[in-house]
Amino acid sequence: MQVYLTLVRREVGSYFLSLTGYVIIATVLLLLGLSFTDMLAKLNAEPTDAPITEVFYITVYFWVILLLTAPVMTMRSFAQEKFSGTYETLMTAPVSDGQVVLAKFTGAMLFYLLTWLPLLAYIFVVHHYSSEERALDGWVIASTFLGISLIGCVYMSLGCFASALTRSQMIAAMISYGLGLALFLLSLRALMPMPTTGWEAKLFAYISMTEHMQEFARGVVDTRYLVFYLSLTLSFLFLTWKVVESRRWK
Amino acid sequence: MIEVTGLTKRYAGRTAVDAISFTVGRGEIVGLLGPNGAGKSTTMRILACYLPATAGTVRVAGFDVFREADEVRRRIGYMPENNPLHPDMRVREYLKFRARLKGLSRSRTRERVGIVMQQCGLTDVSRKIIGHLSKGYRQRVGLADALVHEPELIILDEPTIGLDPHQIRAVRQLIKDLGCSHTILLSTHILPEVEMTCSRVLILHEGKILAADTTENLRKTIFEGGQVVAEIAAPLPDLKQCWEEMEAVQHFDISPADGAFHRCALTPRNGVDLRPLVFEQVRARGWLLRELTLSRHTLEDIFVKVTRADKEEEEPI
Repeated sequence: MQVYLTLVRREVGSYFLSLTGYVIIATVLLLLGLSFTDMLAKLNAEPTDAPITEVFYITVYFWVILLLTAPVMTMRSFAQEKFSGTYETLMTAPVSDGQVVLAKFTGAMLFYLLTWLPLLAYIFVVHHYSSEERALDGWVIASTFLGISLIGCVYMSLGCFASALTRSQMIAAMISYGLGLALFLLSLRALMPMPTTGWEAKLFAYISMTEHMQEFARGVVDTRYLVFYLSLTLSFLFLTWKVVESRRWK
Repeated sequence: MIEVTGLTKRYAGRTAVDAISFTVGRGEIVGLLGPNGAGKSTTMRILACYLPATAGTVRVAGFDVFREADEVRRRIGYMPENNPLHPDMRVREYLKFRARLKGLSRSRTRERVGIVMQQCGLTDVSRKIIGHLSKGYRQRVGLADALVHEPELIILDEPTIGLDPHQIRAVRQLIKDLGCSHTILLSTHILPEVEMTCSRVLILHEGKILAADTTENLRKTIFEGGQVVAEIAAPLPDLKQCWEEMEAVQHFDISPADGAFHRCALTPRNGVDLRPLVFEQVRARGWLLRELTLSRHTLEDIFVKVTRADKEEEEPI
């Protein structure tokens, strides 16, 4: 446990010891700010009954921010250490492969959540200036953040996996861009001709992240989605673990 | 402390370490000597549980490096080649992180970090960012990291590479001091380094151990029978006759130097030191002597010698 916590602290700290962390946060803040003004403009033009969290997620901003920043957040985790050689000092310390993988994932996850915190401020700003008392529902916000966290889990574990495969941050980022975008495009049924009936339709509905997110933003927490995201995360973490372990395969 | 039996490591299409066996006792300082690509780093990486061996067993402090890696890692302090560090951390911060990672308690961490920083002369730079330190200081940070959890065995891969002579001396002294309380295995391709710091030497070449002996014995075999070079002012025929008559000279070679001097290269028979004999002759014949040197073998010579011996053995087949 001590080892795990020490590693997590180092992981989170490493974002702020270099410029990377600040650049990512600044980018996210800029994009969130843009999306916020866009959302306000829309709300002013035509009032809606939907919770403001949902209004936010119907814009493309959320996905752009997610797809853009997630690979950058995780590309360093393994690749950087392998490149600089510190991976060797890390793996020869009395730590287990599982601890390292979990700590890298947790570190990335904490940083990811941190970048989404400004969103809370926007919601409070809206609440402050709106006459509608019910504009802000604690449960809806909670389920929205649950959705953000779950999607984050998938993208962070995917990023860690990509980073563990290579010693180049560039390649790690490209792999996670590719995989992440592919995963997202599967859920964009509007863009692609998808079957509308039969088991295929069911499958695509099940993996459609945009639809999941819409439900989370409405305050609906479906356990099927929980299972979907958690199992996807666990599979990527398992793969990462195996990649890390593969060094010791004879 | 270390028992290696039949250790082999094959990378795709290349054998880096070829069935080597050796032991290192508690409290010894042992040097792994060899040219680049001899398999030193690979051996050390296997000892440090970073790479698996293709064949053979390695035990450190009685634990198998493959099956009981965790126990082994607790007992070793390993500094890899090129000493990788986190350049964005401060010295004290980094050492604290490493100590905690190695399972030291909070109070013990504070205590040990203080001690190793003093030991390695880092107290003055404890708040500096590692990336801004000179190479010598960074090397000391790496050493301090290897020491921080009081390991029984310290493995140092080329600890003095890239340092200036002053820093090399400081690091060597540090290693010597550590040798009083720890078992140390270090690698290098510099012969004097081994002579100065190690009690025993393993010479590695192309993945095989060519020689394993104490420094003293090794020095004897290396320096004994060395060629002697003498610059003497004497007529050429006299010199020729003198060396021909001398029993201990197996082979000689005379080339003219400036003025009346001749440069004589003398190879001894049965490893006799020719210098006193040459001086005796010069004095008896009233010649003028301006140089008398025993040409010392370098590491390169040993390798050339040993590898040549290998080939000669193979030839009859």
